[in-house]
Amino acid sequence: MATTRILEWLGRLYIVLLLGFLYLPIIIMTAMSFNASPFYQLPFEWTTDWYASLWQNDQLIAATWNSIEIAIITTLISTVLGSMASLALYRYDFRGKKVLQALLFPPIAIPWLITGTAMLIFFFGVGIGRGLVAILLGHVALALPYVIVVVSARLQTFAPELEEAARSLGANQWQVTMRVTLPWIMPGVIAGGLFAFAVSFDQFVVSYFLSTPGQTTLPVEIYAAIRKGFTPEINAVSTIIIVVSMALMLLTARFFKFGGEK
Amino acid sequence: MADQLAIGSRRGLKPALPLLLPAYLWLTVAIFLPLSAMVFFSFMTDLPLAGKEWSFTLGNYAAFFSQSLYSTLLLSSLRLGLEVTLWCVVIGYPAAYVLAKVLKGRSREAIFLLVILPFWSNGLVRIFSWAMVLREGGILDTALNAVLPFKINIDLMYSYPAVIIGLVHSYVPYMVLTCYLTLQAIDDSLIEAGRSLGASRRQVLWRVIIPLSMPGLIAGAALIFVPVVGSFMEPRILGGRTGTFYGTVIEDQFVAVFNWPLGAALSFILLAVVLIILALAAPVLRRAA
Repeated sequence: MATTRILEWLGRLYIVLLLGFLYLPIIIMTAMSFNASPFYQLPFEWTTDWYASLWQNDQLIAATWNSIEIAIITTLISTVLGSMASLALYRYDFRGKKVLQALLFPPIAIPWLITGTAMLIFFFGVGIGRGLVAILLGHVALALPYVIVVVSARLQTFAPELEEAARSLGANQWQVTMRVTLPWIMPGVIAGGLFAFAVSFDQFVVSYFLSTPGQTTLPVEIYAAIRKGFTPEINAVSTIIIVVSMALMLLTARFFKFGGEK
Repeated sequence: MADQLAIGSRRGLKPALPLLLPAYLWLTVAIFLPLSAMVFFSFMTDLPLAGKEWSFTLGNYAAFFSQSLYSTLLLSSLRLGLEVTLWCVVIGYPAAYVLAKVLKGRSREAIFLLVILPFWSNGLVRIFSWAMVLREGGILDTALNAVLPFKINIDLMYSYPAVIIGLVHSYVPYMVLTCYLTLQAIDDSLIEAGRSLGASRRQVLWRVIIPLSMPGLIAGAALIFVPVVGSFMEPRILGGRTGTFYGTVIEDQFVAVFNWPLGAALSFILLAVVLIILALAAPVLRRAA
């Protein structure tokens, strides 16, 4: 029994080490974003100058607004379209349903490098070209499968008798959907929407191939800045992004569990 | 009667179409048509834009097979994928085991969330954060020199190990997640039964636990290997000059050299490799599902 105890403590210690590995660079980046030396020299001197100078960087601010706008529109479109598709896949049985469900995986499983370059070629070929519209088209397509998977998982917990009961009491299809089904799957829809927002807001690869100098998103702008050379401003904006996306995921986890999912 | 009760089994594609069409049309326009267009372009000599002359050719694929540069880079990308996947197994599996079998209740939930949380933050930014740790005069250098009695120079930045460290950091949560899900499903009484029948800890591990959690390991490996083989941003930022891989060459064709047809051919070859790997992993995963 003593060995078991020791092994368990070693296991706990190991988890602590893993968490250290996972969080160390993030913590250091955050600390350095408040350090006065632009070359990350120690000793540490507190400053918020880098955050202040972010406000002067028009390019970065424009890219941030683009990112936020695209993420919000992506969330709205993919949540509505994705929830509709999930409902159809749940309610109806038809030939080819398995194929439709399988088709959701290529956007998730194929490396973004391939999807992104393919989109670039196609959008160029049909005249959409590069820019914010192309980026939005791409982001919605990447987010849709996540929304459908999450909403479908929530629908699995729905009792179809409820819809039947509402219908037998005289509700029409629209009323049944809006008053019975939708309220039940709402936690799933919200979780799916948060996923979609995160997929879009953090997306780099696809945006990178689809952006042009004037029409770009925040991660693309950051990549360009990193390749030009390290600037402490990038630390500051990166810290903000990390905090925002982690907060978003904590929120998602809350809703997802709210829905009784794992 | 059962048909009327179970709404999940109402028949017919027709009523489902209006709900399905928007989503699947979008996926067609933004995913499936582009992928087909990529295949088409990979057989062209030039872009059919602005009145440029073009014709069909196998030249882009011939370039891959005749110039050893591309196949060498594909091999080094596959090797990178393999190494990163192995490190993720070595680091992630024990963590998943502790999470699933040692920790209980609230602390398990909280730590599980902590492990997968970074995974959902921006990958580019996390890779960038390693630059500060790994460079000469960076945190690792400073910290080690403060502790050690002799002077050493740690400058891992722009090296192969830096790329490995960054990628393992990015993808290890995947492995923890998939292995945790299968390990958690293993009934503890199976492990106890093995022990009480005289098996050592090691025997139980190799004969009971690892075989039963194989689907999680395979799923995690596929989820890590595939994107790593196609990675280009991580080697660029952390690898510098040593960071030339298959993915960075594809990136170059599209953003620097502007040889899109060659880029399309190289992308399509990568897609074929990816599909073969997923097909190999699929039977194991299906058996688990």
